Amino acid sequence: MSILIDKSTRVIVQGLTGREGTFHAKTSAEYGTKIVGGVTPGKGGTTHEGWPIFNTVQEAVDKTGADASVIFVPPPFAADAIMEAADAEVELIVCITEGIPTLDMVRAWEFLQNRRARLIGPNCPGIISPGKCKIGIMPGHIHREGPVGIVSRSGTLTYEAVYQLTTRNVGQSTAIGIGGDPIIGTNFLDALELFNKDPQTEIVVMIGEIGGNAEETAAEYVKARMKKPVVGFIAGQTAPPGRRMGHAGAIISGGKGTASEKIKAMEAAGIRVAKSPADIGETVLATMGVKV
Amino acid sequence: MKIHEYQAKAILKKYCVAVPRGEMAETREQAQAAAKKLFDAGASGVVVKAQIHAGGRGKGGGVKIAKSVEEATEIAGKILGMTLVTHQTGPEGRIVRRLLIEETLAIERELYLGIVIDRTEAKPVFMASAAGGMEIEQVAAENPDAILKAHIDPGMGLEAFQARKLAFQLGLKPQQINEAVRLMTGLYRAFLETDSSLVEINPFVSCSDGRLFALDAKINFDDNALFRHPDIRELRDLTEEDALEVEASKYSLNYIKLDGSVGCMVNGAGLAMATMDIIKYAGGMPANFLDVGGGANAEQVTHAFEILLSDKHVKAVLINIFGGILRVDTLATGVVEAAQKTHIQLPIVLRLEGTNVEAGREILKQSGLNFIVAETMKDAAEKVVAAAQQS
Repeated sequence: MSILIDKSTRVIVQGLTGREGTFHAKTSAEYGTKIVGGVTPGKGGTTHEGWPIFNTVQEAVDKTGADASVIFVPPPFAADAIMEAADAEVELIVCITEGIPTLDMVRAWEFLQNRRARLIGPNCPGIISPGKCKIGIMPGHIHREGPVGIVSRSGTLTYEAVYQLTTRNVGQSTAIGIGGDPIIGTNFLDALELFNKDPQTEIVVMIGEIGGNAEETAAEYVKARMKKPVVGFIAGQTAPPGRRMGHAGAIISGGKGTASEKIKAMEAAGIRVAKSPADIGETVLATMGVKV
Repeated sequence: MKIHEYQAKAILKKYCVAVPRGEMAETREQAQAAAKKLFDAGASGVVVKAQIHAGGRGKGGGVKIAKSVEEATEIAGKILGMTLVTHQTGPEGRIVRRLLIEETLAIERELYLGIVIDRTEAKPVFMASAAGGMEIEQVAAENPDAILKAHIDPGMGLEAFQARKLAFQLGLKPQQINEAVRLMTGLYRAFLETDSSLVEINPFVSCSDGRLFALDAKINFDDNALFRHPDIRELRDLTEEDALEVEASKYSLNYIKLDGSVGCMVNGAGLAMATMDIIKYAGGMPANFLDVGGGANAEQVTHAFEILLSDKHVKAVLINIFGGILRVDTLATGVVEAAQKTHIQLPIVLRLEGTNVEAGREILKQSGLNFIVAETMKDAAEKVVAAAQQS
């Protein structure tokens, strides 16, 4: 088992004919992901790298039976692409695009309410269930199948955590990058609930960063409901207040959203927080050892 | 992106938000002319306000009231060119290059209005408080109940009843309510139509004659939406920003200057922050945050290098790359080109992992340059801190 995606997931790529879309569709297909087509308005009826291209997401879903979509559309059009996928009743929408205007995401977020689609991202690396399916831009070869669920606001920091685990012979059930923007679809809490129910997942790693209070909300859930151990890390312990640290959502504003507040809330909920990013793997191992 | 108070007021004025009469001045003469115009129009006094991108200007001596044209001119002469230090500027302060000369008002009450995005609700939230003039963060910490809130449905906008409710809760007089509603809905339209991340009127004042004004104004814009607002991009004041950060932004590099001696170049914001953290953990201090992003090419890496090296406090550089979108061989090519071009003398510690890592390591090896290669993040941090301390 894994969460959200597996070998049967059928994926379309919105923006397949672009440079990034093409590159990552190919690497995902090489990994074993069932990429079934692409959407580029105006190029419908053509093929690209062997995949059929459609003008609309609805047409792509109708013709290919896709249940997931990955978005590589440029920022000015990406929120619209999310809404189009949701309207076509795609179950899982993974939006990789970085730089979507916040007010566009406010509209898209509202549009997603009361619709069946789940959004991952935007501004994220995507989701991978090692050995089964990869929807996103993460390097597949550093992963291996196993018991650790990972949820993270950061892309490359997730790769770092995965790498530390894989080189210690500990695999992952599913790794989700939820994205670095202030408004995102799936959040820590949603991912923790899914991992809590997933039989393959035995332990969860939660990688947060400064800004907002999603980590604190997730910590409350861990304290009240989580049946599995959780290991954490918070990036930005040395970040200055009032500055956006690369991610649109990574900002300490009005003294709120600091790393120390988040670490305190997580530790109070029984989460083992690694102090150094180099210790994430070791902390997972120590926690699993404690459990056995 | 931040703008000055006078620019924010000009925008708000277009959206039916009343602001005091006034003009921006860059010289003593312009200040004198602006003050004369206001006194001639019947102002009982003028206020000379330093225009910098930071709060706390009054306490720092950057806001002064004058009772005559002569006094206003003299004050303007003193404030222009001064280094204004406030709790938001840091100890180095900011040089005042522009002033706002404005009429004084007979203020009866100081209130607060603001709009931000509530991340949890994924909606804009309108905030109002009777505790105007204070920093809203301080009010939030000491007396959170004093902040009134109304979430705004993005499909509908701020409804009149929401604004009316807030206006009555603020204790405005019945005859002021319609004006307050017009002003508050205008404020929301300004937020929406300019893609702001924050608009704030603090203080929002009620005068003895019942009129309502934005006595101060602050607008921050969503950088991601600037592509559709060429008029707003024009308002950017580069002299208010760090020169290296301005240079970095030309190449779409996320660079933030810090105080330490270990320069770092990382791909991905989270890993870049974690790299800063681990440098501190190893006993050093990061000189910067630098995220070269997911799609960086050799040219961008070269620019990133030049920016790192123009910070004279940098004693050693750590390059920590985990390749996903950014392939390691691309990065390695860029590093080698940049090192050759800039004749770099500083020790460079590299820690590379991810897509095409073998090809990347081979490029570094073939270059003949003297890089220190590290295996893990911890190893890299220790090596770079040691190198910085030695050089």
